[in-house]
Amino acid sequence: MNAPRHETGLSVRGATKVYPGTLALDAVDFDVHLGAVNVLVGENGAGKSTLMKVIAGVEQLTSGEILVDGTSVTFADTRAAARHGIGIVFQELNLFPNMTVAENIFIAREKTRGRVDIDADTQRKAAAELMQRLEHDISPDALVGELRIGEQQIVEIAKALAQDARILIMDEPTSALSAAEVEILFRVIADLKTRGVGIVYISHRLEELIRIGDYITVLRDGRITGSRGMGGVDVSWIVRNMIGEASKDFAKVEAHDFGREMFRAEDICLPAKSGGLAVDHVSLSLRAGEIVGIYGLMGAGRSEFFECIMAQHPHATGTFHVDGEVLDEPDVAGRIDRGLALIPEDRKAEGLVQIMAIRENMSLSSLKTFTSGFHLSLRRERDCVLSFVRDLAIKIASPENPVSSLSGGNQQKVVIGKALMTQPKVLLMDEPSRGIDVGAKAEVFRTMRRLAAEGLGILFVTSDLEEVMSLSDRIIVMSNGRITGEFDQADASEEAIVAASAVGHAPTSHDEIDKGENRT
Amino acid sequence: MTSNAAAVPTPGQGGQPLLLLLLKLRTFIALIAVFAFFAFAAPNFLSTANFVIMSKHVALNAFLAIGMTFVIITGGIDLSVGSIVGLCGMVAGWLILNGVDLGIGYSLYFNLFEIILITLLVGILFGAINGVLITRLNVAPFIATLGTLYIARGLALLSSDGATFPNLSGNPEYGSNGFYLLGAGSFLGIPISIWILIAVGLGAAYIANRTPLGRHIYAVGGNERAAALSGVKVKRVKLFVYMFSGFCAAIVGLVISSQLVAAHPATGETFELNAIAAAVLGGTSMSGGRGRIGGTIVGAFVIGILSDGLVMMGVSSFWQTVIKGLVIIAAVVVDQAQQRLQARVALQQQAALGR
Repeated sequence: MNAPRHETGLSVRGATKVYPGTLALDAVDFDVHLGAVNVLVGENGAGKSTLMKVIAGVEQLTSGEILVDGTSVTFADTRAAARHGIGIVFQELNLFPNMTVAENIFIAREKTRGRVDIDADTQRKAAAELMQRLEHDISPDALVGELRIGEQQIVEIAKALAQDARILIMDEPTSALSAAEVEILFRVIADLKTRGVGIVYISHRLEELIRIGDYITVLRDGRITGSRGMGGVDVSWIVRNMIGEASKDFAKVEAHDFGREMFRAEDICLPAKSGGLAVDHVSLSLRAGEIVGIYGLMGAGRSEFFECIMAQHPHATGTFHVDGEVLDEPDVAGRIDRGLALIPEDRKAEGLVQIMAIRENMSLSSLKTFTSGFHLSLRRERDCVLSFVRDLAIKIASPENPVSSLSGGNQQKVVIGKALMTQPKVLLMDEPSRGIDVGAKAEVFRTMRRLAAEGLGILFVTSDLEEVMSLSDRIIVMSNGRITGEFDQADASEEAIVAASAVGHAPTSHDEIDKGENRT
Repeated sequence: MTSNAAAVPTPGQGGQPLLLLLLKLRTFIALIAVFAFFAFAAPNFLSTANFVIMSKHVALNAFLAIGMTFVIITGGIDLSVGSIVGLCGMVAGWLILNGVDLGIGYSLYFNLFEIILITLLVGILFGAINGVLITRLNVAPFIATLGTLYIARGLALLSSDGATFPNLSGNPEYGSNGFYLLGAGSFLGIPISIWILIAVGLGAAYIANRTPLGRHIYAVGGNERAAALSGVKVKRVKLFVYMFSGFCAAIVGLVISSQLVAAHPATGETFELNAIAAAVLGGTSMSGGRGRIGGTIVGAFVIGILSDGLVMMGVSSFWQTVIKGLVIIAAVVVDQAQQRLQARVALQQQAALGR
């Protein structure tokens, strides 16, 4: 079907992968065209990640074969795949926070003198060159653990670039990147294409796929439901193939009036470690039933602002008001009691206790509700958890299973459930749609709308322009720790928002990076 | 109880739930196996007198292991418990023999109840010191409790210049007689120390399963950052577990010195290792977040019966040490297998839902 203007570097034929109890891949055929971007799309659990793991040698096929340049190969492990020039940027960051950027980039492929002595200078230089290519000013000697998630993603991409892969798999590389950084990544991808590298690109951001893809393959429930060249493909075609006939379009605005002011921040300042301010005199207010989106680049101080609200920074100055009264509780528990609830950016590290049961995770913030004296009523707890599971349509086999057995979207709903069980007045959501599929995203957005209609004030942070445009009643743009723009939904334009998010940034975006690097 | 559960497995999942149940009950099964083995192999093993003696031995380790379980669930470790046992024994001995010298020619003597209370407070105080070092001064639990291990042991030795406080029968004039009852007395044919163990064990299990505090202990061990952001007062939780561990150690100090009617400053050396072993044997994960009080107590019984039974069989104590080590390692290996299986079953159930 595809006009063979690009050579096929790798093909998968009849790939079937059976996990105990599930058929993850069902006779899948997939081609990677060299010098092109091969887009792979599908809902979470559709089998994209499994297919990529097979190609990268992490998992082996139950049946079917992989062909490289026409000859059948088997990859026993990732090293075998790497020898055939296959590199992968994993969705979950696989970095060592205790090591420097350069050390991470060359992990297990250290540049050495005589195979023993690590040649740190060469590594550092090579790392610096990669960073330059990615137009980031991250120092090769910076500890990865001190970088923001977005910056870590850049390091992860650099790590894959360093392998000089012939086929490069990118599993959601942009999920933590801001618009400006996505542009940089796209330039790098274009550059790789001209060098004849075949790129497999997985993302949930459909617009993005259409823009950079040359070929598209859609997976649903382990089967291919559509595969063609990108010409003539539009979002509705993708969505139709991804989720079948029942098309879900998100963010239908339910018109309702806003209530009284629920939350106000006055003159919030947070000193940055390097001097200067990570949060710079931020003041904003939020009314009941209102959804306010905070848009900004990585390192704009949005997450730090949320952390100030949740009492994570004792050095922060300024005052918060909840429902008209000053918020002076010094710890998280006190602030939750006052009606604030945070849904953190990093679900795995900050949102959930992975080894605990779904029930225990959901009730963790609201145990008081089920406690009389010091006795915890497990029955009342279970009933309440189950009612939230129903409300939020969380797909679970049993509330007693560990939360780690759920897909990303369901995990996010558990985190939202945990926040809602505290009966908050104000919901703070940091990148609520990060790493979840279109279907789950739509459900999360609908939930946000519904909650707002019920009178909750919602403040959410996002790096996704489309998301902030379609979901917010009001948009606040932050840059360099300051509020640089505020728009009503009616008169917001993408251009104006992007312009506001770049205030204080030099065109080469060096300031932004310096700042990002210096933050704790 | 095994056959009941065996009927439950849903079609298509084979024998996994049964296997999982067996693995979950492994410590219990090990206990039965050890018990059955010695019932045949060791003479007099099944006598009542032997049970009483064994249960007293087990109780000492079980107290420490209960405290240790909470500490390990939060992701910490408490190496100081053995030394606290020694120190608390010496405190009790000192109070009974010498009272408190007020420095004006008088000594203040306490009655039995007050002595027990003060000794428990000393244990809790040491636990609190551990907790403060770990939560406020950010000392790693291993190091903080290693330090207090030496300090408590040193203080115990200093208190008597290394000598034993003998003959702690107390003085009826001050109401401090009857101290021996704690170790030697029994009620309804069951030793007092076992009654105390039952009380502490039930209390600890209640805390773990039915109170917010217990839930918070698990959450802190599972993911400290997420717990903190969910409103759990992490520092307070950690302080509690170390204080509770100190409290358990103080009980053991009292019971031992009462059993011996004497307090020796070297009492309790390496007890901390036995306590860790019992907790691990009972399924407590050293990486935090997982563990059960019931499992720990069963673990303590396995270790206790194993060593007493081997003694009765006349097995060399050198071999006993080797065997104990093998059992601990085997327990952890099986534990890992259970974790993998459990995760797989949960994933399958989830997959059966259609994602």
